[in-house]
Amino acid sequence: MSYDEKTNGQMDAIIARYPRSRSAIMPMLHLIQSRDGFVTPTGIEFISEKLGLTTAEVYAVATFYSQYKRKPVGEYHVGVCTNTLCAVMGGDAIFAGLKDHLGVGNDEVTNDGKISVEHIECNAACDYAPVVMVNWEFFDNQTVESAKTLVDDLRSGKNPAPTRGANKVSTFKETSELLAGFNDGHAEEGVQAGPATLLGLKIAKEMGAQL
Amino acid sequence: MSKLTPVLSAHWDDKDSFTIAGYSRHGGYSSFKKALAMEPDAVIQIVKDSGLRGRGGAGFPTGTKWGFIPQGDNREHYFVVNADESEPGTCKDTPLLMANPHVLIEGIIIGSYAVRANHAFIYIRGEVSHVVRRLLQAIEDAYKAGFLGKNILGTGFNLELTLHIGAGAYICGEETALLDSLEGFRGQPRLRPPFPAIAGLYARPTVVNNVESVASVPAIIEKGAEWFSSMGSEKSKGFTLYSLSGHVKNPGQFEAPLGITLRELIDLAGGIRNGNKLKFWTPGGSSTPILTSEHLDIPLDYESVDAAGSMLGTKALQIFDETTCILRAVLRWTEFYKHESCGKCTPCREGTWWLVQMLGNLENGVGTEEDLAKLLDICENIGGRSFCALADGAIAPIISSLKYFRDDYLAHFKNGGCPIDPVASTLFVSAKVGA
Ligand SMILES: Cc1cc2nc3c(=O)[nH]c(=O)nc-3n(C[C@H](O)[C@H](O)[C@H](O)COP(=O)(O)O)c2cc1C
Ligand code: SF4
Ligand code: FES
Repeated sequence: MSYDEKTNGQMDAIIARYPRSRSAIMPMLHLIQSRDGFVTPTGIEFISEKLGLTTAEVYAVATFYSQYKRKPVGEYHVGVCTNTLCAVMGGDAIFAGLKDHLGVGNDEVTNDGKISVEHIECNAACDYAPVVMVNWEFFDNQTVESAKTLVDDLRSGKNPAPTRGANKVSTFKETSELLAGFNDGHAEEGVQAGPATLLGLKIAKEMGAQL
Repeated sequence: MSKLTPVLSAHWDDKDSFTIAGYSRHGGYSSFKKALAMEPDAVIQIVKDSGLRGRGGAGFPTGTKWGFIPQGDNREHYFVVNADESEPGTCKDTPLLMANPHVLIEGIIIGSYAVRANHAFIYIRGEVSHVVRRLLQAIEDAYKAGFLGKNILGTGFNLELTLHIGAGAYICGEETALLDSLEGFRGQPRLRPPFPAIAGLYARPTVVNNVESVASVPAIIEKGAEWFSSMGSEKSKGFTLYSLSGHVKNPGQFEAPLGITLRELIDLAGGIRNGNKLKFWTPGGSSTPILTSEHLDIPLDYESVDAAGSMLGTKALQIFDETTCILRAVLRWTEFYKHESCGKCTPCREGTWWLVQMLGNLENGVGTEEDLAKLLDICENIGGRSFCALADGAIAPIISSLKYFRDDYLAHFKNGGCPIDPVASTLFVSAKVGA
């Protein structure tokens, strides 16, 4: 197989996390995406050999989950929340605006390979609606204009900081390694909480709560 | 006015609230030491006495769930935390974990000790990079401090904690689908019984609890069951996180005793934006039937919201004002359920597909009153006839919106399409008005 020693070692480290090896499939698939940019047939074969499963068994899992991609995505994968609350608050307009601005459809990549865009479901940030995710980092309270600026900046290499996240957005491959469970050392960066998260606490303190 | 009671959120405004030092500064990591000095059953008893009920949606008593784990059975036990948080509108566990992952870890140590588990898992959704980082770091730091691993602080108790990162599937929040996913399969629900307490992860006795439930435990151990049960209402004890989103002036998280009303919460959130009127809201995510301005004064606890024909669910209060088209909202939620249906059973897999088709036509003004009856008929053939509760959630917005907003459906036919301008409902509009 065509994976280097480091990848092999990481695969073994993943398997060691679990009482039974089959549980390692999901992080292994994330790790394949960190090397290949998506779930490749080579990756599937590699996992099936490592775990003693058929490739069909691994495919069955890979195709169930929406974060596993079957074709390359952009270096920056942009998800626009268009579940009801965000949609109503502007997510629909943002999604339409971005597709138009980038000249791509849902789940398509720009010609330079930099940006792909996809509409996503509720990302647990409704109090910051409308929400845009870039490689699963939060960009809160977006507008059509701010979202266009965001993708322009990403394309030109400016790399803007997420609203609540690390100092800069990692690439899709770097993010996939994180999602395979490997700490990238950026946990200390960024805020501990955004203003909406702190609102109740702030009011409680103003009302004289003793904490 | 009911007072807010920040406990979980009390120190989220410290810049380093997510570090071990920040958590320890306010007494963090002292309750588990207290718990580890007790008999495990005594810990379960305190949690039972506190009246804590699961915060993942169903409100099952946490101590009782722990008590179901068979003891002396010479098999491994597992403690699994559900951090999948994907129910539309739900946005409490994610900010909690970003601001303070250590309180969850401390709760896990206590819970695992109580049910005699030596391996715990956190199943987190994969779409939250920074929360994943914070959790990975917190787990590493807890190991380094000797709070996890072998012979924790010389007590003889061993606990491994593994973060399992999902990959995008709402159904994996359903506890048995979660377990299948964690075992390395497609995330599809299992037949119950057997319940996870008897045959859960790897067919071993397993507790599955929501993040907020587990994170509430350290404070209960520290301050006592009575302290906790002195808050809240008769059968819904304690404090909880209410998440207000949508058309309020200031959306956000509010930690309050169970039983606070939406009127009080909206007031704290600065009212409905631009002086608009409340149209509809969800008490606990999109799977809980919508309510209207008639229901502003019902106590937001398990019993009262049930009595009003809905469910407290995850306390995800999504607020929509009069600028919102109910059909558009319901159609979008239905598309969500169609997309997230795991495909295991026919009524849900096929039914959600039909519902989307029908609602799409209705939104475009194509349909008659008879179609509304047909819509309800399809819903009745899905609800209660499917394999898991996702399907019941899928029909909740449709049935409840037809109950309160039938005229809005009819207006679409009369108008030959949606009579409401979608721009009026956006955040950009309120920004312009300067709300
Ligand atoms: C479709 C579906 C999705 C669910 N999603 C979640 C979730 O994201 N987080 C959660 O804690 N519980 C979720 N639940 C509820 C869990 O099945 C389970 O009841 C809960 O995790 C138990 O924890 P608790 O007793 O602490 O509330 C979901 C249930 C269903 C039917
Ligand atoms: S009700 Fe839907 S989500 Fe649940 S098992 Fe059936 S198909 Fe899957
Ligand atoms: S609806 Fe967009 S984050 Fe919840």
